[in-house]
Amino acid sequence: MKGTGSLRNVSNKLIYGLFITLVIGLVSVFGGADLFAAYAAGTEAAADAASTGGYGPAPVTTAADYPSYAGVNGRLAIWIFAQLHLWFAAFVLAVPIFVFIIEVIGMRTRDKRYDDMAYEFIKVSITAYSLTAILGGLLLFSLILFYPDLFSYLSVIFGESMFYYALLFFGESAVLYLYYYGWHWLQGGLKKWIHLTLGLTLNAVGTTLMLLANAWLTFMMSPAGVDPAGVFSGDTWAAIHNFLWNPINIHRFVANIAYGGSIVGAYAAFKFLTARNDQEKAHYDWMGYNANFIAICALLPLPFAGYYLAAEIYAYSQQMGITLMGGIFAWLFIIQAVLIGTLFLSANYYLWCGMGRSDGAKRYTKYIKYIAIVLVGAFLVWFTPHTLVLTNSELKSLGGPHHSILGPLGIMPAKNTAVNIMITFTFLSFLFYRRSNKVATVSWEKTGNIIQVALFSAGIVNILFLGIYHGYFTNTVYKVAASIPQVMTTFTVIVGSLILDSFIYRGAKDVGPLHWGRIPDRAQYALFLLAVAFTWLMGLMGYIRSGIRQHWHVVDIMRDNSPDAYTPTLGYAANVVSIATIMFLAMVIFVFWIAQVSTKKSLPAGYWKE
Amino acid sequence: MRQFLKVVAFMVVTVGLFAGYSNLGIPQIQPAPPPTEEKIDLSAMTMDQFVALGERLFSGKGTCTLCHNALGRAPELGEIAISSQARLDDPRYAGSASDIEGYIRESLVDPSAFVVVGFGKAGSNDTESPMPSVNSGSIGMSDPETAAVIAYLQDNGGLEITVEIPTDLGEAEDEGEATNSGEPREPITDIQELVDNHACEACHTITDAAGDIGPDLSKIGATQDRDYIRQALLDPNAVIAEGYEEGFMPDDLGQQMYATELEIMVDFLSNLK
Ligand code: HEC
Ligand code: HEC
Ligand code: HEM
Repeated sequence: MKGTGSLRNVSNKLIYGLFITLVIGLVSVFGGADLFAAYAAGTEAAADAASTGGYGPAPVTTAADYPSYAGVNGRLAIWIFAQLHLWFAAFVLAVPIFVFIIEVIGMRTRDKRYDDMAYEFIKVSITAYSLTAILGGLLLFSLILFYPDLFSYLSVIFGESMFYYALLFFGESAVLYLYYYGWHWLQGGLKKWIHLTLGLTLNAVGTTLMLLANAWLTFMMSPAGVDPAGVFSGDTWAAIHNFLWNPINIHRFVANIAYGGSIVGAYAAFKFLTARNDQEKAHYDWMGYNANFIAICALLPLPFAGYYLAAEIYAYSQQMGITLMGGIFAWLFIIQAVLIGTLFLSANYYLWCGMGRSDGAKRYTKYIKYIAIVLVGAFLVWFTPHTLVLTNSELKSLGGPHHSILGPLGIMPAKNTAVNIMITFTFLSFLFYRRSNKVATVSWEKTGNIIQVALFSAGIVNILFLGIYHGYFTNTVYKVAASIPQVMTTFTVIVGSLILDSFIYRGAKDVGPLHWGRIPDRAQYALFLLAVAFTWLMGLMGYIRSGIRQHWHVVDIMRDNSPDAYTPTLGYAANVVSIATIMFLAMVIFVFWIAQVSTKKSLPAGYWKE
Repeated sequence: MRQFLKVVAFMVVTVGLFAGYSNLGIPQIQPAPPPTEEKIDLSAMTMDQFVALGERLFSGKGTCTLCHNALGRAPELGEIAISSQARLDDPRYAGSASDIEGYIRESLVDPSAFVVVGFGKAGSNDTESPMPSVNSGSIGMSDPETAAVIAYLQDNGGLEITVEIPTDLGEAEDEGEATNSGEPREPITDIQELVDNHACEACHTITDAAGDIGPDLSKIGATQDRDYIRQALLDPNAVIAEGYEEGFMPDDLGQQMYATELEIMVDFLSNLK
């Protein structure tokens, strides 16, 4: 373990790395777009040739068109398979992204630890990859079996893209195997570059796969390229590039990175707990820290991506937006708030525990309790529900449109304020963590700190002012106006203090070597909590996304006439999500275990002929 | 192994807590079932039932209450009598309606024809309404259903009900479909039978000289229009004919007569010239 300065290196490299990720993400989004545009032009020509005929309206089904096999509930089967597939897919999308980043860092710093860690990550995702494929197959079969009409309608529109999806999947497997099995072979000089290129290709293909699948999904929410009766115009690109495609692409891409980080964090945490010596402990502590760092970096922009998604859903259809945020699903967002609060709190808790790695952390520990109080307070505001209304009967069973307590805190500006405060303070935790092992040597340290404090104070005051002013002293139309300047404030505080901090701590002395591995066991449980909460949250949000279509397979185009077209209660949905989560965790444990088995050797004496 | 079991237990407990909170910590609302295609049998429906149908559609299938409620997401519809007139008089109004019923209908089927100030889609500067057309896919109301909602809105807003009840029922009856609705009697199509059944001639002169408790109706079509007659039948005490007393004319014809019968009666009376 290289003691001095490694913490700073790690975080700087990772920030740099995340930037690269963004670039890769954007490149693959637009690269993908070009590909599709070219492809769509092709289909258009073909469609013209066939004089756009041949497409029928969306099928109209009756309850009899939904077969049931062996007493299995079709909706439940599809729900669980889709969710399991999505979890694994998210995981295998995310891991190669940061494996690539870490590999680049290793290459630039020539620190072999990074390369080893990257290899360990990708090894974990190999088995997960085949599980992804198996679960995808199960999802496909169950769709064909249980919702045959829906599937045939979708394949009329997306048939070609489904075909490319399958091809890409093969391509992805090939690249992944090369990348993984070639790891030790493609080392050094030009070979390393080749390996890196493989990594980049892997990510581009993976992201394109996700974009394609997202198109099918968002088509069902915001159909495009079809007329009101569902007759396809022949323009595949229009169907792919539907209204909600990009909002979901963005939210998912970022969420998946955070998610992948949290799962790998849990892996490291488990390895830490079962480590046999201090060296192993140190290694897995370091790995857990990096995984958590990735998760937090991706977590910070997520609320904004989420609100953007919600705003776009609203813009697409006010009915759907209200169903989402003001109807029965509004209660679901309270559960979501609890989960996201859990995410933020456990990520922060882990950082605080991690300060024990440094001997210099004592200087900051006294502030932590205040951060904790603020975080919990902000969390409580966020968690306060907004007005909830759907139909009269639901209204009756609820007893009124407003939450019984704290009605005024349920409005959007209050929530935005809370989110921004949470993010700012999480960043503050991180800042303390960064500083904990450093002693600044610049002469203007004091002034620098004062500016730093002023920056934070001004930022917080501004966020609060904007929230209160717009939330309570302007009329409805202007209530949302606060959100943009609030985000800008948060952003300014983060970027400003990062820059300032890097100057203050330029050439700073380390308090002492960082003691990787010196962290209490309970901190590892924060990582488990993070992973479980993330998984469960994804399951819940997956339910919302499908649930707001209500009794439609394809909104306004193809109605769901199955006996299960109704919206279940939240309790039922939560139970399904919980069971699926446990199934997923069991599979993940299996994946990790199998990855470890491959390294085990036993030499039974006298078994083989000498 | 012990570590492993501890971690597994921790995870299961965490999942359990999330599930427990979702089941016990928040109210379990039973979401409204998906709207069903209601078989409307207009031929066997009184005006009051027609209005009641409109009300059901309004808070059910129409999803109107999603937006039209006390939270200010959409204009309140209780004051529709005043507001609709104000819309028609608005210089911005460029739709094609000329009366209140027309305005309401236009608001339903073509919401963007006129957008109430402050309620337009974000960024559209009140030129595009966020309200979906009621006969679009997302609401999918048929013409008779739309008429029923209009009837309900008029009734609810204290307006007289002027909406015409669709009467394309002759065929349905021929096919024998309209009669199986469990209603106690079949609709009457013969005007004389209607007049006899409700004993109009006990008080009125209609064709032959008869009762004089109520006004002479034998030439009513010459002085009054259909709307007036319909209102006189449904809500007789709204306007009292000069020289006659309130309280004689039965005020429950809306419940007694099917909508088709009512229309036959209105047709008949308005043709008496
Ligand atoms: C998605 C939300 C939404 C739904 C659902 C909705 N409306 Fe509207 N409605 C609006 C908005 C917003 C306006 C105001 C903008 C406009 O003039 O179109 C409006 C306007 C109206 C108006 C004109 C009101 C006026 O003051 O001029 C009527 C009438 C009306 N709606 C009736 C209905 C009925 C009946 C239904 C159910 C079948 C319904 N709406 C469903 C949002 C909705
Ligand atoms: C018990 C006596 C009575 C019966 C039965 C009765 N009416 Fe009337 N009707 C009146 C009276 C009294 C008025 C005048 C007061 C008013 O306008 O309400 C009246 C008013 C009317 C008017 C309005 C005339 C005008 O010039 O304003 C119409 C139309 C009418 N009746 C139609 C009918 C029909 C059709 C029937 C049978 C279904 C019927 N009435 C049965 C007593 C009766
Ligand atoms: C810190 C805040 C947030 C976190 C950590 C978060 C996390 C997640 C995750 C992990 C997913 C699953 C992604 C996937 O399936 O690949 C998801 C999906 C979703 N989120 Fe968020 N989210 C946040 C904020 C929000 C907000 C504020 C909203 C809306 C108000 C929102 C709406 C949604 C919806 C509708 C989905 C389903 C879309 C899909 O299928 O991908 N999220 N979120």
